[in-house]
Amino acid sequence: MTQLVWNGLFVGSFYALVALGYSMVYGIIKLLNFAHGDLYMLGAFVGFAVLGAVGGVSSSMALPLLLVVLLATMVLTGLAGVALERIAYRPLRRAPRLSLLITAVGASFALEYGMRAAAGADPRVYPVRLGGTSVEVLGARLTLQQLVLVGVAVVLMFGLNLLITRTREGRAMRAIALDPRTSSLMGIDVNAVISRTFFLGSALAGAAGVMAGAYYGKIDFLMGFLIGLKAFTAAVIGGIGNIPGTMLGGLLLGLLESFGTYWLGGEWRDVFAFGVLILFLTVRPTGLLGERVTERV
Amino acid sequence: MSAPAKTRRVGTDKPPTRASKMLQNRWAGIAGLLIALLAPFVNATPYALSVMTSAAIFVMLAAGLNIVVGYCGLLDLGYVAFFAVGAYTSGVLATRFDLPLLVTVPAVIVVTVIAGIVIGAPTLRLRSDYLAIVTLGFGEIIRITANNLDITGGPSGIYGIPHLADSPVIFYYLTVVVVSLAVLGAARLGRSRIGRAWRFVREDEDAAEAMGVHTYRVKLAAYVAGAVWGGLAGVLFAAQLSAISPTSFTFLSSALVLMAVVLGGMGSTPGVVIGAVVISLLPEFLRDLADYRFFLFGVLLIAVMLLRPQGLWPARSKEVS
Repeated sequence: MTQLVWNGLFVGSFYALVALGYSMVYGIIKLLNFAHGDLYMLGAFVGFAVLGAVGGVSSSMALPLLLVVLLATMVLTGLAGVALERIAYRPLRRAPRLSLLITAVGASFALEYGMRAAAGADPRVYPVRLGGTSVEVLGARLTLQQLVLVGVAVVLMFGLNLLITRTREGRAMRAIALDPRTSSLMGIDVNAVISRTFFLGSALAGAAGVMAGAYYGKIDFLMGFLIGLKAFTAAVIGGIGNIPGTMLGGLLLGLLESFGTYWLGGEWRDVFAFGVLILFLTVRPTGLLGERVTERV
Repeated sequence: MSAPAKTRRVGTDKPPTRASKMLQNRWAGIAGLLIALLAPFVNATPYALSVMTSAAIFVMLAAGLNIVVGYCGLLDLGYVAFFAVGAYTSGVLATRFDLPLLVTVPAVIVVTVIAGIVIGAPTLRLRSDYLAIVTLGFGEIIRITANNLDITGGPSGIYGIPHLADSPVIFYYLTVVVVSLAVLGAARLGRSRIGRAWRFVREDEDAAEAMGVHTYRVKLAAYVAGAVWGGLAGVLFAAQLSAISPTSFTFLSSALVLMAVVLGGMGSTPGVVIGAVVISLLPEFLRDLADYRFFLFGVLLIAVMLLRPQGLWPARSKEVS
């Protein structure tokens, strides 16, 4: 039982990291960035390439090295996110929503199959594996690496929350989320803030990608599709656009899946997750912590 | 959120060019049908026939999705789910109960209508972007379910589905006739009373609601019509291949159908038909580019939206002078 909870929280922290980017972008410009899951995939591959460039490492150095690579990858995927926004989304900001959604699908395709053309269709094996000794805590077996990964995820999430609630930058983001027009009249450079939001969200997704690569050991060009859907589900459960809600949603989805797998079998896990998504959207579309939105958009 | 001012770049603003007038002409449809009917006289190798039959089935899918996305403006990213529901319903009935394929058609219609209502009823009240991602999830649910159930044959699928016609040529002609009727039907629906309601909902849902259009029912009607079109295309697909498996119904297929609709021009019948033919035949000509194909498709989707949001062959409505 404790094991199920732990597994759920572990997977859930990955979901939460990816979901945060979804949620931030949605919160600020009401755009569902379909390509967000593919930035996670991009992060995994960038991390793979950087680790490959560094060369052979002894396993004792694996963890510190991984953290450095993590930072480098976050910068690169962040920039990729900014480029994506600049090329595919910004020109359409005033266009009908349907056009924007379709470009997002196109961007997702371009990223997935661009990576396939660049890196090949076969799964790649990550050069650094975080295997290791497991410890017994309250009847659950968990590895030191799992703990470190969850720790990194938690640090990133708290950092983001601080940034959004305590800094000027965060205040600008929240202002734009409320009313982009007025924000720009008040002297906020709306485009720049949106760019930075994309940077942050994409960097978090990239970090999750590297962590997933190091943990699961295998990456492939379609890995972002499913996690993108899951992350969206997590964001919806917690309340899309709401940062603490999104974190909560990620952890909850991880737990739900963990128990769903236990009860129904692993082959029904994704059906279970999407079922929860549909249920939530019908019953409580604003999520657990989302505010009630009265106006129709 | 304050609604951003919509800039409309509708094709109707520009005067019709000669080429676009030709495409709107009713002779365009007849010419297309003639080309389809004469094609086997040019090349009737089994390979060519199977490619052409697949193209025709793809046209039917695009015509169905065009009702949902093009007419009504509802982005459905799991459209092949209905294709799968049709193919599986037909396949299961035909193989388990030894029914001829034609007899399964009423059952397919009933099941796809139910599937359309089951997913449409709770979700069509949602905003467009939520709907898009829910349909995506729904498509995955259908595929995973087909992959896990015994009655659908699991990952290996169903084989030994009876053919609809004895020879591939006859089946091709049968497909062309069915697809032509489906395309014609979709176009006529688009011009009917409900079709006007669909376009109204697409252009401005709130205004439509205010003018007394029951938007929820109208959207559900579009969704169900799309589902039936997809399901019937599924029957043709099952008959053509005589075997179906979950791998035929991935998100990739949904995205390709969407691509055909967007490229051709949402809401435009000739545009969507040409878009579907191009999307289904292009891979056959671009075998060498296999690795870059879907990458190019993705880039093309973005480029079309940025440069020609109304598609390459935009719809021209007679209502706007």
